[in-house]
Amino acid sequence: MALTKADMAERLFDELGLNKREAKELVELFFEEVREALESAYNVKLSGFGNFTLRDKTQRPGRNPKTGEEIPICARRVVTFRPGQKLKQRVEAYAGSQQ
Amino acid sequence: MSDDQEMRSMMKSELVELMARKQNHLAYKDVELAVKSLLEQMSEALATGDRIEIRGFGSFSLHFRPPRAGRNPKTGDSVSLPGKYVPHFKPGKELRERVNNSLHSSE
Repeated sequence: MALTKADMAERLFDELGLNKREAKELVELFFEEVREALESAYNVKLSGFGNFTLRDKTQRPGRNPKTGEEIPICARRVVTFRPGQKLKQRVEAYAGSQQ
Repeated sequence: MSDDQEMRSMMKSELVELMARKQNHLAYKDVELAVKSLLEQMSEALATGDRIEIRGFGSFSLHFRPPRAGRNPKTGDSVSLPGKYVPHFKPGKELRERVNNSLHSSE
């Protein structure tokens, strides 16, 4: 089972007494603000959860795996997520069915 | 290859501020509580082994790190470290594209 925006809005409705439309808008706005910050070259630091960090990658040589032809991989900017200490500890304690 | 960039940072409180300005029918306090709840819901999901899927933003899941032999840096004794789960984020298509386009448009 995966947590979705709909689930999150439902809980804002239950917990905070926001109406359903407000709850849905706030969830949407939250993720949009994080995207906008990253797009404007800000790292986003959410204490207790983690940091979204931007990294610029320089151009490097690549290869088309099918044809073997050499094509450069252009410079790009990527987002990485580094979980915070608190989140890491909570997740580490999880003993899943894979173990 | 990547190197540490000099990027500005946005903190949670600033994010709440921006959101509250756009939702001026809601009190700052409500927006703050909502953001707190969202982060708690996300942490809780991961802490119980669930994934998080946000279209256009990305997905969070757990990756398993198998047990390995480590060393106590003080004594040099070898210790066995148990396997563990770590949170992992995969940015969605829209986020990837918007962030990458911002690099090229700022040049």
